[in-house]
Amino acid sequence: MAWTWFHRLASPPHVYALAARLTPWFAWPAALCIAAGLWGGLVLAPPDYQQGDGFRILYVHAPSAWMSLMVYMTMAIAAAIGLIWRMKVAHAVAASCAPIGASFTFAALVTGALWGEPMWGTYWEWDPRLTSELVLLFLYLGYMGLRAGIEDPQRADRASAVLAIVGVVNVPIIHYSVTWWNSLHQAPSVMRLAKPAMPFVMVAPLLLMLLGFTLLFVALLLTRLRSEVLARERSASWIREVVSA
Amino acid sequence: MKAFFDMGGYAAFVWPAYAVTLAVIGLNIVSARRALARAREQARRRLQIQGEAR
Amino acid sequence: MSGLESPAARTLAPVATPLVRGASRARTARSADAIEAARLALLRDLQLAFRKRSQLIQPLAFFAMVTLLFPLAVSPELSRLRELAPGVLWVGALLASLLALEFLFRDDACDGTLEQYALSGQPLTALMFAKTLAHWLLTGLPLALMAPLVALSLGVGPAALPGIVAAIAVGSVTLSLIGSIGASLTLGIKRSGALLSLLTLPLSLPVLIFGARATQLAIHGAPYGAPLELLGALAMLGITLAPLAAAAAVRISLE
Repeated sequence: MAWTWFHRLASPPHVYALAARLTPWFAWPAALCIAAGLWGGLVLAPPDYQQGDGFRILYVHAPSAWMSLMVYMTMAIAAAIGLIWRMKVAHAVAASCAPIGASFTFAALVTGALWGEPMWGTYWEWDPRLTSELVLLFLYLGYMGLRAGIEDPQRADRASAVLAIVGVVNVPIIHYSVTWWNSLHQAPSVMRLAKPAMPFVMVAPLLLMLLGFTLLFVALLLTRLRSEVLARERSASWIREVVSA
Repeated sequence: MKAFFDMGGYAAFVWPAYAVTLAVIGLNIVSARRALARAREQARRRLQIQGEAR
Repeated sequence: MSGLESPAARTLAPVATPLVRGASRARTARSADAIEAARLALLRDLQLAFRKRSQLIQPLAFFAMVTLLFPLAVSPELSRLRELAPGVLWVGALLASLLALEFLFRDDACDGTLEQYALSGQPLTALMFAKTLAHWLLTGLPLALMAPLVALSLGVGPAALPGIVAAIAVGSVTLSLIGSIGASLTLGIKRSGALLSLLTLPLSLPVLIFGARATQLAIHGAPYGAPLELLGALAMLGITLAPLAAAAAVRISLE
């Protein structure tokens, strides 16, 4: 029983159809959650007693940062599955993740910089989180660059899979080393939001945004997955029906 | 209303942050849909060529 | 396949026979074969490199040039240079190491040697380890030995030199290992220098951080054992994992 489900997931036509069906079920709830999160974060939540209205950047910065990491993990796991079990669909998932992850890493960096200037007086800080995030962006760009540089699609899939897995091993190491380095060079001026536990009216929009972004990721992934699956199926007959639809 | 746009003086930071994030979301959606349309078009053309080759 | 006439085959001949012979031995002797094959591969790389001595010096010359840039671009004041020395030394070593990856992996991919390795029946992991060891012996180690000269020119006191040599020697092991993965992934991609850097540098950051820290402590006369041990740990981790990844990458690239 479980094997049937697994085997179906490996079948491109089935995955294509499934992705098409599922996308709206993620896209609309995502839009709803994000809209609600925006409303809650911008309007309903009261200003922070330390950072005033500036803290509201949290509602876009934290979800973006969350996306950058979650998408990378998804990409690495999909790449590993594709490499180990030789599943084209898994490689397609990994390929779909990269542009999404890279763009949200960029968003996390920019929103982080915009948050940093009023709060710590500088657009950029070589603090562990920002620095690791920058490195993550380079990992994404390297992954996409490697894919773009290799012409044979199968080789591109597998080489970038190796890279993604090597990167995953490195992310904790990089983060640890930057944290360690930062602890040596910085005065302990680590950013902390208002020390007393955040009231629910401030936390709720954050949770909504995190959920909304996650749902959005799935919707985007499913859409891109369909493109990737199509590109990998050169002459399969199932494409005929799909394309003429 | 003005107080809302003013964001307690942080308007120059909060609004660009939201703008960038929403732009990233928007670009992702547009790009994904365009990629799908392109993939479908390419698949269609490939099938056409194969059909003619027979 | 042309095999016997190509320069690769002529170079490879002393290595190939034991490799082929090794493939048909009993299972119990398999690991001894692997070590023998790795040893031969290492010797081959070293021999080939020494034939092109001018190429050997290039990373070292590059290292020296890069470090020369800093006094000229920043300040000739030794006290200021001493502050910068850890960074300068390590960035220079990193870039020089990257440079050397080119001729160590690229040439072998071009003339089919890597294919021979992959087909030889010997564990490719062991052979990739041998190649990486060769890269370190030809780049990392010389850089570490040259570092005292560069450090002195940056105003570093002689007491710091052993620590600097140790840090660069150990750190460059990991740099070679990471570089071997990047080089294996980008085999056959034209003009992949920038891509190789993009892949290798982020992964090398921990080495840079701990290495620069060890160097800085050594310069200030403080105990540098902790970051040096971390460098060692990274090297151990790299030795365990990197040749595996590099071998997988080579097989993928040769498909």
